[in-house]
Amino acid sequence: MMGVARYWREIPVRYNLIGKKCGVCGKVYFPPRNICPTCRRKSIGKMEDYKLSGKGIVETYTIIHTPPPEFDGKAPYAVAIIKMEEGCHLTAQIVDCPLDEIHVGMKVEACLRRIQEDGKRGAIYYGYKFKKAED
Amino acid sequence: MREVAVIGIGMTEFGELWNRSFRDLVAEAGMHAILDAGIEGDEIDAMYIGGMSSGRFIGQEHVGSLAVEVAGLEDLHIPSIRVEAACASGGVAMHQGYLAVASGMYDIVVVGGAEKMTDVVGAEATNILASAADREWESFFGATFPGLYAMMARYHMKKYGTTPEQLASVAVKNHYNGSLNPKAQFKRRISIEDVLRSPMVAEPLHLLDCSPITDGAAATILAPLDIAKKYTDKIVKIRASALATDTLSLHGRKSFDSVPAAYHAAQRAYKMADLQPKDIDLAEVHDCFTIAEIMAIEDLGFFERGEGGKATEEGRTAIDGEIPINTSGGLKSKGHPVGATGVAQINEIVMQLRGEAGERQVKDARIGLTHNVGGSGGTAVVHILEVI
Ligand SMILES: [Zn+2]
Repeated sequence: MMGVARYWREIPVRYNLIGKKCGVCGKVYFPPRNICPTCRRKSIGKMEDYKLSGKGIVETYTIIHTPPPEFDGKAPYAVAIIKMEEGCHLTAQIVDCPLDEIHVGMKVEACLRRIQEDGKRGAIYYGYKFKKAED
Repeated sequence: MREVAVIGIGMTEFGELWNRSFRDLVAEAGMHAILDAGIEGDEIDAMYIGGMSSGRFIGQEHVGSLAVEVAGLEDLHIPSIRVEAACASGGVAMHQGYLAVASGMYDIVVVGGAEKMTDVVGAEATNILASAADREWESFFGATFPGLYAMMARYHMKKYGTTPEQLASVAVKNHYNGSLNPKAQFKRRISIEDVLRSPMVAEPLHLLDCSPITDGAAATILAPLDIAKKYTDKIVKIRASALATDTLSLHGRKSFDSVPAAYHAAQRAYKMADLQPKDIDLAEVHDCFTIAEIMAIEDLGFFERGEGGKATEEGRTAIDGEIPINTSGGLKSKGHPVGATGVAQINEIVMQLRGEAGERQVKDARIGLTHNVGGSGGTAVVHILEVI
């Protein structure tokens, strides 16, 4: 079990999809990065907070049948790499959708959900999952 | 830089070794290698030990000192260093040992690797292995380690038409090879149907697409080429030792259907050795999952992108094929004690190049390659060896 601060410090980023935008080249990074891998030293001090739209498409995915201990009883569930509108990629679960309807290229949007908990009495952690986009 | 040779190899049996401790395994692999090299303990100048997570598998860190004590070398007060790069820990230890000898700093260097994975329950082992991925941005959200490779498999299948049967054919070949290796964890031959009927772990990967949880250790002894002749007449020279890195997370990479770090490590190794993929007689590659071997033989340039699955299905990577891959049984069948794997790969190639591989011997093998990957591709190490 980790101290609560381990995941608590990432709450603003996880609740609101706050990434970083490079002030030099304009590229958006999520998860947030301190240095732009394109501009490197020129980007130091120029990485600004940037809220993602929450919209993206499924680039690839898997259905997890053998879950880690923190996700005991939750399987089968879907995990995907999602390409966000802003061009960056992230890893998240796909929810509210029959597993056999998930496909590469599917349009998705972010929603705030419970991710995991530290045992029965421990902290509950929230963050983003993705569902089929409304349109 | 001096030229470097492998003058000794040794490894334990791989498997669920309930009655063997971490110390036992380290001691056995090291002793075999020292005896094989014909060196005395007091000739050893330094040790590098690859290990991923002894702290979480057995609650023991500080493995450098432990290895010195196990080897009975404490009165020499030599440097002994534990090296960590997840599943590539052994390969990175080899790279460090190579640099130490090549630089002229040390002459006789022991490179070991060990992992004792079965003292924790299976679910905990899975959780420890997940620490090779990005805990904050992958594992936290429910991605497992097989899940990451499953996403690469899906991407590869979608882009190139790679099939579940082609993935399975990697496991079938490696189990066949493992059946010829007395030290392999699984010596049972399996069929395509066995793989496809085994339980799903992370779609599209079945249980038999995945390498197992394993206890084991391996070691090698390195020496400068010019003094290697003193110890052995079957000298295996290290033609290249190359390491490359990439992002910790899979989603941060430029490619999901290859391992860019492995490609770059291979390019550096070929350049260093002044060789091309067609010059390689056989290779041990990091088949932690069946898809990983398919990407490996493409990243290493043995086959065009997208052709790896088909090539495997056609038997082109079998022991009697054009480029035998994982004659030892690979991680899949020989077993995958993570920290030991990169060093065990060197063991297999040296055995093959010396003509000591018994039933699984590749005819006229002169140049062999090893490919060891950490995590989902954050680290990769490629070695090229040649018998002279
Ligand atoms: Zn930039």
